[in-house]
Amino acid sequence: ERSNLAGVRHILLVLSGKGGVGKSTISTELALSLRHSGKKVGILDVDLCGPSIPRMFRVQDNDVHQCDSGWVPVFVDQDKSISLMSIGFLLEKPDDAVVWRGPKKNALIKQFVADVAWGDLDFLIVDTPPGTSDEHISTVEALRPYKPLGAILVTTPQAVSVGDVRRELTFCKKTGLRVLGIVENMSGFVCPHCSECTNIFSKGGGEELAKHAGVPFLGSVPLDPQLSQSLEEGRDFIQEFPKSSAFPALTHIAQQILDGTLQQSS
Amino acid sequence: QVALLDIDICGPSIPKMMGLEGEQVHQSGSGWSPVYVEENLGVMSVGFLLSSPDDAVIWRGPKKNGLIKQFLRDVDWGEIDYLIVDTPPGTSDEHLSIVQYLSAAHIDGAVIITTPQEVSLQDVRKEINFCHKVKLPIIGVVENMSGFVCPKCKNESQIFPPTTGGAEKMCQNLNVPFLGKVPLDPQIGKSCDKGQSFLSEAPESPATSSYRNIIQRIQEYCDQHHFQEEKII
Repeated sequence: ERSNLAGVRHILLVLSGKGGVGKSTISTELALSLRHSGKKVGILDVDLCGPSIPRMFRVQDNDVHQCDSGWVPVFVDQDKSISLMSIGFLLEKPDDAVVWRGPKKNALIKQFVADVAWGDLDFLIVDTPPGTSDEHISTVEALRPYKPLGAILVTTPQAVSVGDVRRELTFCKKTGLRVLGIVENMSGFVCPHCSECTNIFSKGGGEELAKHAGVPFLGSVPLDPQLSQSLEEGRDFIQEFPKSSAFPALTHIAQQILDGTLQQSS
Repeated sequence: QVALLDIDICGPSIPKMMGLEGEQVHQSGSGWSPVYVEENLGVMSVGFLLSSPDDAVIWRGPKKNGLIKQFLRDVDWGEIDYLIVDTPPGTSDEHLSIVQYLSAAHIDGAVIITTPQEVSLQDVRKEINFCHKVKLPIIGVVENMSGFVCPKCKNESQIFPPTTGGAEKMCQNLNVPFLGKVPLDPQIGKSCDKGQSFLSEAPESPATSSYRNIIQRIQEYCDQHHFQEEKII
């Protein structure tokens, strides 16, 4: 019997030790950028307590259906080039809290990894909650037979964030997960009125960490109110705001991932 | 006399923010000693138990719960006026355990933090529901990262836009107290990274007055509570 992940060419995880740094944002924008390069992308949202992915694609009210091979992922539009799975689709009411201890979370994650009928995908992006606990251990264990491409780690520039992401790097080392690189998010804000750049969350921590840890630095994404607005409204930022300040960095990250996979096959 | 307990086991930020990185926990006959920032501010965190900043705590729920129990049972806090518990995001093991373990001691309530956007509010509504479910009173909600005033031209930008009305509207809808907004100030991050008190470093910042107002409201809530409790007795 063919596994549900047999048609998925590359699996990558988006991790961070720290909360609120923009994992779901990076997962979403990476999916949109890869789609713009003609790829078919799936996002598996394993943040069971705080599932953000459905709203970022304006499909938070969608339901999930079953088929013979399992759950049918939610397509974000007619194009069917991006599909999603999240606990967000399984809640009766959007404000329902998922108050589960580890074992129950682990059981659902195993199902999410095995029972979603993704079909053929170029990339499956796995968006995670912050930390190095049940969700992360279970996801990596369940994905191991499918040999994930690796993990992208997201941090903000400050030391307090970098401090947690260092521990996430150790998690990757210990679990044998290759680190594709580090993204420094919320890296500076350019005032739309006078163009003065302010380093609201400090500067440079992500790049320094990448250097110190000997992993690739994938780039700095600036704070961009148009990006925040886009995510709020579930719009395609990559399609609609190519002149916006975060656009170059986000597309550059996607390009490096694509280049990496080309290198792999050659 | 204040105690700060950090139960974010996987991402313990408190030691760095308090300027206590590298400190270790000492054991004595009366239990674990908190690490003191000042005579009247003691701190406990898993961060003090790790030997390297690269050490990862890769634990499943039950092991995390075990450590939280130890923190509550074995730390010799002494007589304290306020025990503040910093938690990781979510509604899982750490949150269930802390409420359960502290149930006999009576928790005054929870302060819930959000940023202005709907993406944050949608998770905070779940956290509010969690509090209702476990009968944890809600002191109120704080809207953090609420607006940024450019230091050069003084114009304000909503970097994290409150597209659905922000925390204030959510609090109105859910009948939960709104404690206030804290604006973005680059000095906050800097102070935290250096382990210094932002309130002392930047007393003139609008963020400082925001923090102070919010803290005052929290104190008033706790004082009222205490008064009500004493009345009952």
